[in-house]
Amino acid sequence: MEFPKDLKYTKEHEWVKVEGNIATVGITDYAQDSLGDVVYVELPQEGGSVTKNEPFGVVESVKAVSDLYSPISGSVAEVNDAIIDSPEVINEDPYGDAWMIKVEVGNPGDLSDLMSADEYQKFIEEEK
Amino acid sequence: MPYIPHTNKDISEILKAVGASSIEELLSHLPAALRIKAPLNLPKGLSEQELTGVLKALGKENSTVEEYSSFLGAGAYNHYIPAAVNNLILRSEFYTSYTPYQPEISQGTLQAIFEYQTLVCQLTGMDVSNASLYDGASAVAEAVLMAKRLTGKEKIYLSSALHPEYRETVKTYLKGSGDHLFEVAYDAKTGSTLPETVNAVTGDDPACVVVQHPNFFGSLEDLEKISEIIHKKNGLLIVVVNEAVSFGLLKPAGELGCDIVVGENQSFGNTLSYGGPYLGFMATKTEFIRQMPGRIIGQTVDKQGKRAFCLTFATREQHIRRERATSNICTNHGLCALAASIHMVAIGSTGLQRLARLNLSKAEYLKEKLKGVEGAEVAFSAPTFNEFTIKLAKDPEEALKKLLKKRIMGGVSLKRFYPELGNHILVAATEMNSKEAIDAFADELAQA
Amino acid sequence: MEANGTKGLLMEEGLIFEKSSKGRTGVEPASFDVPEASAEALIPKNLLRDDIEGFPDVAEIDAVRHYTRLSQWNFGVDTGFYPLGSCTMKYNPKVNEDMARLPGLSMLHPYQPEELSQGALKLMYELEGFLAEISGMDAITLQPSAGAHGELCGLLLISDYFKSKGKPRTKIIIPDTAHGTNPASSHLAGFKVVPVKSEGKGVLSVEAVKAIMDTDTAALMLTNPNTIGLFESNIKEIAEIVHKKGGFVYCDGANLNAIMGIMKLGDLGVDVVQFNLHKTFSTPHGGGGPGSGPVGVRKALEPFLPIPRIKKAGKKFKLDYNRPKSIGRMKSFYGNFSIMVRAYTYIRRMGGEGLKRASEAAILNANYIKEKLKDSYALAYDQPCMHECVFSDRLQLGSGVATMDIAKRLIDYGYHPPTVYFPLVVPGAIMIEPTETETLETLDKFIEVMKLIADEAKATPQVLKDAPTKTKVQRVDEVRAAREPILRWK
Repeated sequence: MEFPKDLKYTKEHEWVKVEGNIATVGITDYAQDSLGDVVYVELPQEGGSVTKNEPFGVVESVKAVSDLYSPISGSVAEVNDAIIDSPEVINEDPYGDAWMIKVEVGNPGDLSDLMSADEYQKFIEEEK
Repeated sequence: MPYIPHTNKDISEILKAVGASSIEELLSHLPAALRIKAPLNLPKGLSEQELTGVLKALGKENSTVEEYSSFLGAGAYNHYIPAAVNNLILRSEFYTSYTPYQPEISQGTLQAIFEYQTLVCQLTGMDVSNASLYDGASAVAEAVLMAKRLTGKEKIYLSSALHPEYRETVKTYLKGSGDHLFEVAYDAKTGSTLPETVNAVTGDDPACVVVQHPNFFGSLEDLEKISEIIHKKNGLLIVVVNEAVSFGLLKPAGELGCDIVVGENQSFGNTLSYGGPYLGFMATKTEFIRQMPGRIIGQTVDKQGKRAFCLTFATREQHIRRERATSNICTNHGLCALAASIHMVAIGSTGLQRLARLNLSKAEYLKEKLKGVEGAEVAFSAPTFNEFTIKLAKDPEEALKKLLKKRIMGGVSLKRFYPELGNHILVAATEMNSKEAIDAFADELAQA
Repeated sequence: MEANGTKGLLMEEGLIFEKSSKGRTGVEPASFDVPEASAEALIPKNLLRDDIEGFPDVAEIDAVRHYTRLSQWNFGVDTGFYPLGSCTMKYNPKVNEDMARLPGLSMLHPYQPEELSQGALKLMYELEGFLAEISGMDAITLQPSAGAHGELCGLLLISDYFKSKGKPRTKIIIPDTAHGTNPASSHLAGFKVVPVKSEGKGVLSVEAVKAIMDTDTAALMLTNPNTIGLFESNIKEIAEIVHKKGGFVYCDGANLNAIMGIMKLGDLGVDVVQFNLHKTFSTPHGGGGPGSGPVGVRKALEPFLPIPRIKKAGKKFKLDYNRPKSIGRMKSFYGNFSIMVRAYTYIRRMGGEGLKRASEAAILNANYIKEKLKDSYALAYDQPCMHECVFSDRLQLGSGVATMDIAKRLIDYGYHPPTVYFPLVVPGAIMIEPTETETLETLDKFIEVMKLIADEAKATPQVLKDAPTKTKVQRVDEVRAAREPILRWK
């Protein structure tokens, strides 16, 4: 299982990549593996806003439903519509093509409590 | 003991295996203070033969729609059920199985329900159907809750010509989520829900309007106009059909701009059974499927690429989503849906269309006969299908009682449901009412 | 070993729509004995339909063969052992079916006059009495259509009770072992769900309830015996805590088959219960309904029961609609009457003693399986169980075999799998409920097969992963069903 070093991670198993003012959010390899084959994703509208630690969408496999929690507050700059039509990409490429939303960061301080790759790996070991 | 095959030897063997000397010892972990002291105060058990005598005697204390000439409808219709229906639903692989959680050994139930879903779509003109709900009334309640989720709006408008017991059920179901329930009064002349009244009453933020078609009084509704009006206000149109045989004649609601069609499918394959079990159905547009309650069967393939069926979209349901499920419903009315499907398939499209015209003809004949009865008139002017409302000059309860003496169940008095319709009765005629019986009804009513 | 599942010819059968040929008739309707009315003259053209597109037209024999073949792809209680935990798949007596189909009990219109329905009303009135006696409740409504429907009804009664006192309450406490319907029904009834964890021994602790019970909590909703098949031994103390704060104890009666004639829920401090006639009282499950979910309550809640109530006045039975505090209706008419006829038939056949024996035998059978299989499969809780026992796949996971594989392999041997992956608190749960109607020989054979599968899991795990192979279809692609939905024939 991979956990790229350049990403930040949440306890709800999302990853964040920050480039300038924009944070890209998706779910981790661990999350997609636990869910199994993803069959459905629900994402917010472009231009809407998301709040830190609040659900911004839903991801579903055949037998499980999981809320997607936003690691940051801000407005939704872009939504990856492609994964809505092909949710299998979430299983195939969770850190790449399966990014979910890009958020214009409202408060950069939001990012300070996120985990590094190593910390996240340790976290999921303990959670198992 | 009936149905308990254990011999004393079996019981000893089991007790030995579990390391208990008696059943009492096996139950010794149950707090003694909570145990029953006296035996259950129930009638002594009966042999099967004696028992059938008891049930037959209870049956004799009832009078049936076979022994009487019945013109009762109002949400429960007496139709001829082809012999194949009962024979096939008694195949015990169907009726003694559970919800098809294990698709490999449930393909029979699964394919039958997939076909049922298709039949409902064909009848209603909608895209998708669920595997059934409890009955027409609870189906309307579920549709209303679905409309609230879909629109994010609160205000629900029910036509007052929707079955009164359906309206009561909606009210009960809405107790938990806030009761923003309003009525659209029926028109006293036509007995239908006028589009202009819908327009006037619904304000500017309706979640939905619910209209029955044919409605409780038997009157047909102008669905197209109502659809236009409610859609202009970004609300949804829910159409309720509780005499499903009308599908054989009337344009499906799906072609008239309806968003959710729900109702009662009892008319197909399900005996009257003093009110249940019946068969709620729900059909809607593809884009609304994730908010539809109830089981849904989908087609897929098995490991070898063969066509197969399974439960799908289960993440909407309570066993996965728990308190955030689209509904708390678990069991549907699978066997009733099977019975309905077999009935539909047995008569086919040609048979159903003919059956619908036969029902229309019987009702029109009855209408003409009753028009000839002094002191009776057809109450409303809207066109009808197999049911309509008449107004009597005299007290209808008295008249109905007199008819009973002639072994005629002459219709449903509307006073209990609509105080303003104290002289009105609702009468239905189906293929089960012969010309002679209709003639006799008219004759006796004239004398009643 | 001679397995149950061996050979059998299964016929291929397409969809009914694929067999249709326009112009073919099955069962034709009666002939017109009245003049044919002109629909076109009576009804506006825009309300009339032309054709029913796609609706099938088949010969009667093909319709009959179609459904006969479909039935052969199914597995029912009549086919074989069906130890589906939590569902009580006991034998469905044939006499029940005959009685429900007596014309005197089936050809009745719900709106026919009460004086012509005395037998039906009497049957319902007596059934209410039987259920009250079995559960120790004061009053029963037969109206709800299913277990979940009964739950909703019970919760609405509780909600309205507090509203009528002018002090509405907002929360329901629900253990983590609960059926999904419990939180879903609570939500639908307008409550917030407060989860409570069962303790190490698989039952609720007094302290856990004490810590969260408050005067804003309307009820504690539990299942007893719980979904792990264990008796909630602290129920009386827990009920006292709930009652002290003015709340109610709701018991999901799904597992009533374990305690009939042994304990009364009323004596345990339960205030509301829903019965599942399709589980405990032998009415068939019908491939997913119809069931029936009557609700029993204590006196304080009786005024809130749905309308109408059945009343006895002298020797006559009446329907009483004049109930100002009633929650209203859960459905039209009076409930699933023909299911009530079956349950009534069953209770009269068994008598009080028979019901007690049924519960005892159900407990015997479950404990027997628990003892015999506990070396082959990991027991979730090693203590005396009630009518069902819960294992897991913990011992098999090492060979890469999971609960689903065990379940599917059972099918090849001619058994319906147990309930799997429920309750959620036991990872990889295998929940076995044999019921009382199975013989010792049936249990022994099942146990033998389960042990064989445990051996196979070690020696030839791939056999389990490939199972089932003897069925009409092999493992079904549920992911594809969800990703590329086909929900009707076109």
